Amino acid sequence: MDLKEKLISSFLAFENQVDVDAFVHGIRSKAIETFENKGFPTKKDEDWKYTSLTRILKKDYTVFPKQENDIEYRDIKKYLIHDIDSYKIIFIDGKYSSHLSETTHDGMDICLTSAALTKPKYRLIIENYFNKVATKDSLTSLNTAFSSEGAYIHIPKNKLVQKPIQILHFSTGNEVATMLQPRNLIVVDENSHVQVIERHQSLTNNPVLTNSVTEIFTNKRAIVDYYKVQNDNQNASLIDNTFIKQKQESICSVHTFSFGGKLTRNNLKFFQHGERINSVLKGITIVGDKQHVDHNTLVQHIEPNCESHQDYKGIFGDNAVGVFNGKVVVEKEAQKTNAFQANNNILLNDKAIINTKPQLEIFADDVKCSHGCTIGQLDENALFYLRSRGIPKKEAKALLMYAFANNVLESVKIPKIKQRINKLIANKLGVNIGFDL
Amino acid sequence: MKYNEDDLKKELETKEYEYGFYTDIESDTFPKGLNEGIVRAISKKKNEPQWMTNWRLEAFAIWEQMKEPEWANVTYKKPDFQDISYYSAPKKADPNKTLDDVDPELLETFKKLGISINEQKKLTGVAVDIVIDSVSVATTFKKTLSERGIIFCPISEAIQKHPELVKKYIGTIVPQKDNFYAALNSAVFTDGSFCYIPKGVKCPMELSTYFRINQAGTGQFERTLVIADKGSYVSYLEGCTAPSRDENQLHAAVVELIALDEAEIKYSTVQNWYPGNAEGKGGVYNFVTKRGLCENNAKISWTQVETGSSITWKYPSCILKGDNSVGEFYSIAVTNNYQQADTGTKMIHLGKNTKSTIISKGISAGKSQNSYRGLVQIHSRAKNARNFSQCDSLLMGNECGAHTFPYIEVKNKSAQIEHEATTSKIGEDQIFYCNQRGINTEKAIALIVNGFSKDVLNKLPMEFAVEAQKLLEISLEGSVG
Repeated sequence: MDLKEKLISSFLAFENQVDVDAFVHGIRSKAIETFENKGFPTKKDEDWKYTSLTRILKKDYTVFPKQENDIEYRDIKKYLIHDIDSYKIIFIDGKYSSHLSETTHDGMDICLTSAALTKPKYRLIIENYFNKVATKDSLTSLNTAFSSEGAYIHIPKNKLVQKPIQILHFSTGNEVATMLQPRNLIVVDENSHVQVIERHQSLTNNPVLTNSVTEIFTNKRAIVDYYKVQNDNQNASLIDNTFIKQKQESICSVHTFSFGGKLTRNNLKFFQHGERINSVLKGITIVGDKQHVDHNTLVQHIEPNCESHQDYKGIFGDNAVGVFNGKVVVEKEAQKTNAFQANNNILLNDKAIINTKPQLEIFADDVKCSHGCTIGQLDENALFYLRSRGIPKKEAKALLMYAFANNVLESVKIPKIKQRINKLIANKLGVNIGFDL
Repeated sequence: MKYNEDDLKKELETKEYEYGFYTDIESDTFPKGLNEGIVRAISKKKNEPQWMTNWRLEAFAIWEQMKEPEWANVTYKKPDFQDISYYSAPKKADPNKTLDDVDPELLETFKKLGISINEQKKLTGVAVDIVIDSVSVATTFKKTLSERGIIFCPISEAIQKHPELVKKYIGTIVPQKDNFYAALNSAVFTDGSFCYIPKGVKCPMELSTYFRINQAGTGQFERTLVIADKGSYVSYLEGCTAPSRDENQLHAAVVELIALDEAEIKYSTVQNWYPGNAEGKGGVYNFVTKRGLCENNAKISWTQVETGSSITWKYPSCILKGDNSVGEFYSIAVTNNYQQADTGTKMIHLGKNTKSTIISKGISAGKSQNSYRGLVQIHSRAKNARNFSQCDSLLMGNECGAHTFPYIEVKNKSAQIEHEATTSKIGEDQIFYCNQRGINTEKAIALIVNGFSKDVLNKLPMEFAVEAQKLLEISLEGSVG
């Protein structure tokens, strides 16, 4: 039985297991239908031209992993940005772990999707926001069909969330292969500000496939900073679907750091409903071995006077494959749009491959839109300069690569994350330099 | 089995068809529709050798299996391939027609383009009673060319006179099965140009500039084959700045360029076919496959100015097979009213130290859609490949669209690729600046558009550059203000 059939047949069992709330039930049933019709994307789909899921899907994934585990704080401590005081929503094999987490209902809701989907007091929010911005493509629909658990964050008006929120998904590897489908919903009301860090991590080497969906709503003048840290081991694959709907004058920035994982696919889609919105999409990708990282972004400019900034840097070694597929759409009404898109790549090895496709679709005339993309190598002269001053080759190379990626890091607002990323970059490049100069 | 009425009816039908089909060989136009018989008939009409007929039939068989491509960013009513006549001899000039009978609007355009009276007559199908210069000019030049061993003739003539060259190269760059329209063209092409430049010869003139009048009236399925032998150089011009009110709705041409070691081919196109009226009715569908192959140290340069056609679907490409070969693509695509253009290039880097440059300027006005679609592919053997791409779009009004779809695929670490694209509009301040200095808005726009397209216009042969500049002006007339 292939994975598609397995998923479809387990849907009924799943439906019986969760509370059949009439509202979500309808959405789920419709979603499984969509998935059944569309199936998993193949290389024939234009959006998946350079990324094949075939090999990943061959594994016999357990859709409902066993729920026993003895994960303690010390097992996961190193994956937390632990020095900072933060809210934590921690899941182990898709199940909420209350003793590791730190949630709140004090003036705002930082809790669970499962609670939000079933408890009547969240009903209004769920009806207004759940599955409202997620597109109806096959993988998102699959997640919608099985949506039951994840992080639920609702920040009411005029609130500055003092501590960042960490969302962590761990997999224990109790099963031979596990498939996880977390579903996050984040609603930030007028004038509020929140910072979120998301991470998926497997604790053993057993294969994991995560198909995650996050919906973010930033209402008027809200500010959201979202950081995705992707440094999983080489057997874990991640398909991350993030959808953001912005209202006027809101600012939402998403930073994606992709260092680990076997196959990582990031679908990041911004929809701007309102004027004077700013969307920021940044990413650093440093991969080697046979890793495959695919960034698929969309920014839809619907109303006038909005901005978007995209900046993706990639460094690819060994047999790694990098894909960037960025799309900026400026609709007819969206005059005075200012959209910028850049994708810069460095290839370190002849076996590494980069496929990039930055697209612009523009229907309004009074706009400033540009995109640029480059593929190249480290500058020999710069390398020579550093080496002539006594810096060993490896370190010199690492310094240059760090400099290359640095302007993405500059906009990271949480200093602890910046430190952590610096460390990860050093690790990834195999050098022992503190980049915090 | 019994012979019944139905069978008879069927037989009569086919018989009549066969009959109609044979008579038509003698006449100048074939019946509508496409089948193996028509392909054979075209080949027979052209008096082609057996291998050519077989080659066409092969293409036809492939075509029948294929589907029309749908990936392009254009929408149109698909042509009915059974509703087209695949062969008609060039129209003869009507001896009673004079320039006074010609649409005055057309004459006005000619005037603006600065086309001579004789050329105007020729273009509008008016019989010319005096011996026109161009014919004698043509013969003189033909002599100069043959002295240097250059072969330049219609491809049907080349199939007769130089079968070894045609047989060796035709379909090597654009094979029959390449795409839907290339297959169709391979099966039914009626004419086109053939050009061969021998080793080490520098063609002394821009080919086809002087012949362009004679070239007018070639069919809707053109096939062009240009071969530049080792160390030779040729500059080839195709098309015409004059608006050609062609009745053919569908044009599916194939152009193959072969640049052997150290050779250089410069291929320039100016296309100004009927774009349909202001409401988007009518207009030519232009589905063209153009591709060139570069051997070692060879260079192919494509320059195009696309202003006509209601639908354009065109990607002049370079296969940089040889080491140190160079591919260039310079394009201006202007769309107005309801025109749609999906155009760009493919640069396939196979050899070492290969270089390619892409400069594409898209100008959209009215309710048109203008797309750039390009591919830069660096294969793993292609060490030190270099590519620079620049795609700029200029939008006029908020009802048109500009799109960029660049595909970049790199499999070699030593490659250096740069791609940039911008979209902008003509600034009010720019127009104000011109107005202030006594230049009216229409002229100001022309000035700015010319500045915007300068990088590409500069690459055109001189004779065409001036006309192309005016052409841009005319194409955008009335689009602003």
